[in-house]
Amino acid sequence: MLPRRTFLIVTALIAGAIAVPAHAATIQIVMDDLVVSPAQATAKVGDTIEWINKDIFAHTATARNGDFDVAMPPKKTVTSVLKKAGTVEYYCRFHPNMKAVLTIAP
Amino acid sequence: MFVRLSAAIAALSLLGGAALAQGAKPTDPQIAHIAYTAGVIDIAAAKQAITKASNKDVKAFAEGMVRDHEAVNKQALDLVKKLKVTPEDNDTSKTLSKQAADKLAELAKLKGTEYDKAYVANEVAYHKAVNGALETLLIPSASNDELKSLLQTGLKLFQGHQQHAEHVAAGLK
Ligand SMILES: [Cu+2]
Repeated sequence: MLPRRTFLIVTALIAGAIAVPAHAATIQIVMDDLVVSPAQATAKVGDTIEWINKDIFAHTATARNGDFDVAMPPKKTVTSVLKKAGTVEYYCRFHPNMKAVLTIAP
Repeated sequence: MFVRLSAAIAALSLLGGAALAQGAKPTDPQIAHIAYTAGVIDIAAAKQAITKASNKDVKAFAEGMVRDHEAVNKQALDLVKKLKVTPEDNDTSKTLSKQAADKLAELAKLKGTEYDKAYVANEVAYHKAVNGALETLLIPSASNDELKSLLQTGLKLFQGHQQHAEHVAAGLK
């Protein structure tokens, strides 16, 4: 099996290679019982992420590199549009155990 | 710095062992009361920390404690209302409240970094004790599935709080 980092890079490359200038997609990322799923998601610049918080607590999706910081009130869905490509590790500022990776193709 | 276990924590730890040994299972109305009380205690400690803490990570941690524990307690109140259960005061809840009040008074006397360290150290120990009680006594004793499920969510959340507190504590060294 490939190391995770390599896998991510490969995923990013494939995603980049097959990217067609199609209409932007909407991708759902769910926070449920203090878990982010999917833990690894891929998207393209211009896509919309629908951040769905099923918990009774507030969460955030905070990029470690500062690219985004989305606040999700309890039991609410928040959307954001991806503006910048990159492999972004993000976490919840309130519950730092909640971590995930979003790979954004140009 | 070594953590001196507060009396409240000792009471919770005892609750785990002794009560189980006697087979004295708390009832759902008692469990609801104990869990709610444990949340109220942490919220009070956090509110004190928000006014007293000097370190910004400590303050942010305390704000998180208010936010999360209030959310869980609100959910607990909604649940007991729905189940038509009246939380029942009991010796464990009384002991916890009394001893938490003492701890709050003790922390009130401290200042600056000394306060920050003592608050965070107590948070680590307190969450550890609450999690132990949830795991060994409260969750196994709960008979209603929704109550059990809320306690399990609480456990997961509070385990995160404990790690978060440990992380903040490490940053204060
Ligand atoms: Cu969170």
